[in-house]
Amino acid sequence: MNSERKKKKPRVAVFKFASCDGCQLSLLDAEDELLAVAGAVEIAYFPEASRAMLKGPYDIALVEGSITTHPDAERIQQVRRQARTLVTIGACATAGGIQALRNWKDVAEFIRVVYPSPQFISTLKLSTPIAEHVPVDFELRGCPINHYQLIELIAATLAGRKPNIPAYSVCLECKRRGNVCVPVAHGTPCLGPVTQAGCGAICPAYDRGCYGCYGPMESPNTASLTSQFRILGQSGQEISRAFRSFNAWAWQFRKASEECERT
Amino acid sequence: MAERLQARLAPEEIDKLIRGLARRGYQVLGPTVRDGAIVYDEVAGAQDLPRGWTDEQEAGRYRLKPGTDGALFGCSVGPESWKKYLHPAQVKLFEADRQDGLFRILGGPAPPARPYAFLGVRACELAAIAVQDRVLLQDKYRDPVYGSRRDPAFLVAVQCTQAAATCFCASMGTGPQVRGAADLTLTEIVNAEGHWFLAEADGDRGQEVLAELDRRPATDEELRLARTAVESAAAQQVRRMDTAGIRDLLYQNFEHPRWDEVAARCLTCANCTMVCPTCFCTTVEDDSGVTGDRAERWRRWDSCFTMAFSYIHGGSVRTSSKARYRQWLTHKLASWIDQFGSSGCVGCGRCIAWCPAGIDLTEEVHAIRGAVNHGNTDA
Repeated sequence: MNSERKKKKPRVAVFKFASCDGCQLSLLDAEDELLAVAGAVEIAYFPEASRAMLKGPYDIALVEGSITTHPDAERIQQVRRQARTLVTIGACATAGGIQALRNWKDVAEFIRVVYPSPQFISTLKLSTPIAEHVPVDFELRGCPINHYQLIELIAATLAGRKPNIPAYSVCLECKRRGNVCVPVAHGTPCLGPVTQAGCGAICPAYDRGCYGCYGPMESPNTASLTSQFRILGQSGQEISRAFRSFNAWAWQFRKASEECERT
Repeated sequence: MAERLQARLAPEEIDKLIRGLARRGYQVLGPTVRDGAIVYDEVAGAQDLPRGWTDEQEAGRYRLKPGTDGALFGCSVGPESWKKYLHPAQVKLFEADRQDGLFRILGGPAPPARPYAFLGVRACELAAIAVQDRVLLQDKYRDPVYGSRRDPAFLVAVQCTQAAATCFCASMGTGPQVRGAADLTLTEIVNAEGHWFLAEADGDRGQEVLAELDRRPATDEELRLARTAVESAAAQQVRRMDTAGIRDLLYQNFEHPRWDEVAARCLTCANCTMVCPTCFCTTVEDDSGVTGDRAERWRRWDSCFTMAFSYIHGGSVRTSSKARYRQWLTHKLASWIDQFGSSGCVGCGRCIAWCPAGIDLTEEVHAIRGAVNHGNTDA
């Protein structure tokens, strides 16, 4: 008992880069488990939730957002140096996010068109995932992440076991849930077969095709799915747009989108 | 066993049959329409059955459409099978908690509150249940989850009188006439003279239920009509699997170039294994919670198409989609025979219709059989 009490709680920090905050808020959204998490770990740095801003090192750093500016490119190096385990949370941190759509365009032109005082804007040409800058220990997928997966990741890390976060397709979750397959039964284009599970197959449950929020699954055959989309009447441009959403810059989706764009 | 009862029923009796089974304490499950497909769910009466619906199926394509004859069972099998009840997609194996340093197991999975009665079990599905019986019960290691659901289940079979384009039960020797043990076997006839059912029962349980319905003994002509209707379902089948020497064929064609061709199309999405009524593989996942004071162990459907399925020390054994498709097909059609004494395929065609890439295993086997033998060095 005494030894347990003396054991130091793992220190958790949450860092934000270019993102909408939705992923870190999903930790606060985990109402049932939030108190248990707060009891099991020390929240050392989480500006969205607490005024406490304790210095590192941290046992677990949860990193949200992509790298889009020079200062952020330097800051992520500091975060890595202070973190024993670095976990990226969400599509921005893992794949560059929706803002990576600019990677196919001229950012300077956007700045000229959008901002009244473009001289104040300093940004990188590309929005890139954290793993392009520092080694990442685990990537939690999704736009936004599923808070059950985040809690599972924290629980597994505390217990020293592998988290139950499968890398297979959405289709397994979809069939376990008893959804009727929307491409087969309705002819609705669906990214589920090439997308990683984790959301619980929400969209097909509401009669919509998967949008690919969780990014490429472990062995995505985008070429085969692209052929099926064509059979369902989709044009190359439409297919390209389907791959270019929250995980557009994930290399498998990026490659697929570029291949379709030309045809 | 009592003498076989063969009776003619008016279609209204199906409603009474459902209510009679419910009165006996069964949860009656049957085909019903949801989200543009036939699924299995609880049916309270004949109004829940897919009356007047039929379906159109092809590789990678399924459409429900209005039929012309008002039949109750005018649809072929849909995406789900009875596996979802007998071998559930996820089941909590146990919960445990930790108190004063002690680890206590708080009980295992409970059997269903009411035993199941399945209404509308097709011949291929009876065959599939028999396959899962062999896998999950007929060994010294009985699966208690499956057993507690399977043992008390009441089976009402329905013989098919029409086939989908994806059906190939006739060539697998599993249908369309019912060969397995059902408590009650129905054949639905809709013709110029009317709409009626032939009901057949061999055992006491089925005969008791049948005895409660308004019926009259079936005439020889009615038996002949029913037989002909089922034969026509066999004649309609456009797909077939040539099973002659199939075990050796697949063992000897481990390096056939066809595996590369199918791998180029295969999405490794696992849909074929999810819809297969005999695929039984599961994974076990532990949830230890944040505090570590309470834990749960869950069993979930798994698939040989996932990378984790073949994960051993150092990595996954089957990393390529070629290796995974070959594993699935070779197990289903060849090594299953060595392992369990029968094919793992019953010819229901679900894996063909519900493959988002439209891969057809009958076509794959045909291609492997048709070309020259490409060596068996690694088999």
